[in-house]
Amino acid sequence: MVKIQVLGGGCAKCQTLAENAENALSQAGVEGQVEKVTDIQEIMSYKVMSTPALAIDGEVKVAGKVPSADEIAEMLG
Amino acid sequence: MSEETGNAPQSHGLAAIARAHPLASRIALLVAALGAWAVAYVGLLPMSEWLVYDLIGLARESHLSESLAFFVFEVPKVLLLLALVIYGVGVIRTFFTPERTRRLLAGRRQVVGNVFAAGLGVVTPFCSCSAVPLFIGFVEAGVPLGVTLSFLIAAPMVNEVAAVLLFGMVGPKVALTYIGLGLGVAIVSGWVIGRLKMESHVEDWVWEVQGAGENEVEGGMTLVERLDAGWASLKEIMKKVSLYVVIAVGVGAGIHGYVPDNWLAGIMGEAAWWSVPVAVVLGVPMYSNAAGVVPIIQALTEKGASLGTALAFMMSVIALSLPEAIILRKVLKPRLIVTFMAIVAAGIVLVGYLFNAIW
Repeated sequence: MVKIQVLGGGCAKCQTLAENAENALSQAGVEGQVEKVTDIQEIMSYKVMSTPALAIDGEVKVAGKVPSADEIAEMLG
Repeated sequence: MSEETGNAPQSHGLAAIARAHPLASRIALLVAALGAWAVAYVGLLPMSEWLVYDLIGLARESHLSESLAFFVFEVPKVLLLLALVIYGVGVIRTFFTPERTRRLLAGRRQVVGNVFAAGLGVVTPFCSCSAVPLFIGFVEAGVPLGVTLSFLIAAPMVNEVAAVLLFGMVGPKVALTYIGLGLGVAIVSGWVIGRLKMESHVEDWVWEVQGAGENEVEGGMTLVERLDAGWASLKEIMKKVSLYVVIAVGVGAGIHGYVPDNWLAGIMGEAAWWSVPVAVVLGVPMYSNAAGVVPIIQALTEKGASLGTALAFMMSVIALSLPEAIILRKVLKPRLIVTFMAIVAAGIVLVGYLFNAIW
């Protein structure tokens, strides 16, 4: 069970990132859950300074850009 | 286009070629795109005239045909100019991540720091939704408050979209002056706020954050990745601004064809001294990007509004906005927000007067 966190204040880019993450899960055939982290203090606890950012099981993989579903699926594999 | 039999690996066409020769295929694509761009740009005026006067058959010199000709010429022209510059800036921006910019700014003194920050604000990728983590990352790394604010003022106000639109629709001299004065407002406003020593008006929890930006994932990029990033930003920004451009040019076209010349001279001309502050105040509740404002600025100045007033309005709409104030409220206490907005507004009013005086 993989946990993907999407870090961002809720802008359009964060929305796209969350959708890409969902698609990546089904593409990779991995069972998991996408969680949106919108609280700024919680976002800062991930030690990033660019959003949107993406963490897999708590580990930050991407910050400041929106990777495609393919790229996220690769990170999952 | 798809192949019926997929048994041979080379039968996947363009995608396979792109994978086998990553750099060569990108350069070929770029050259082809630039060629198509040049042909489209040169052919634009004859095409638009042919469309309006010959194909649709409208009489010249009528309100409708003038508006329509303006519209069919300006929309593709502005979109073409935008596409070119957004791609170029998209590639340049891959060299400037917020984390790297922060390292360049950490520990810089006032004045030099403010100048650096404003300049870097132009080339560092920035989206207003990431203003808060960026602010925290900057102050945590020891970038002075005033220097950080110089960055946050310049980043949205002086950008490639604003510059291209002014260049293409109003003229190169105005575009350059806008960039210069926009940077000036960012530098001086940040410096003044730094002198006021308002660090205690930053929310307390901000000072307790640790390790912001430590998770810097952006490794070195290859040239192929940088070129691809240019295309990605082209796609993303064009999706966002093209509708604005169409609507704004439409409004501009209406003003161009139907509003009498000099109609605005009385209320927005140089003689009306109060028009600059009024334009700035009107701009605050309005929130738009440069793509939505410049076409209207062009139409207004054409009808007698003075350039300083129109540009002050534009700066106010882009740089001072209530949504941004609400975002920044998470990290700044009310008194600092009000001071910040008042100083930037004062700077824009000054720029408006200066523009009116020297033009």
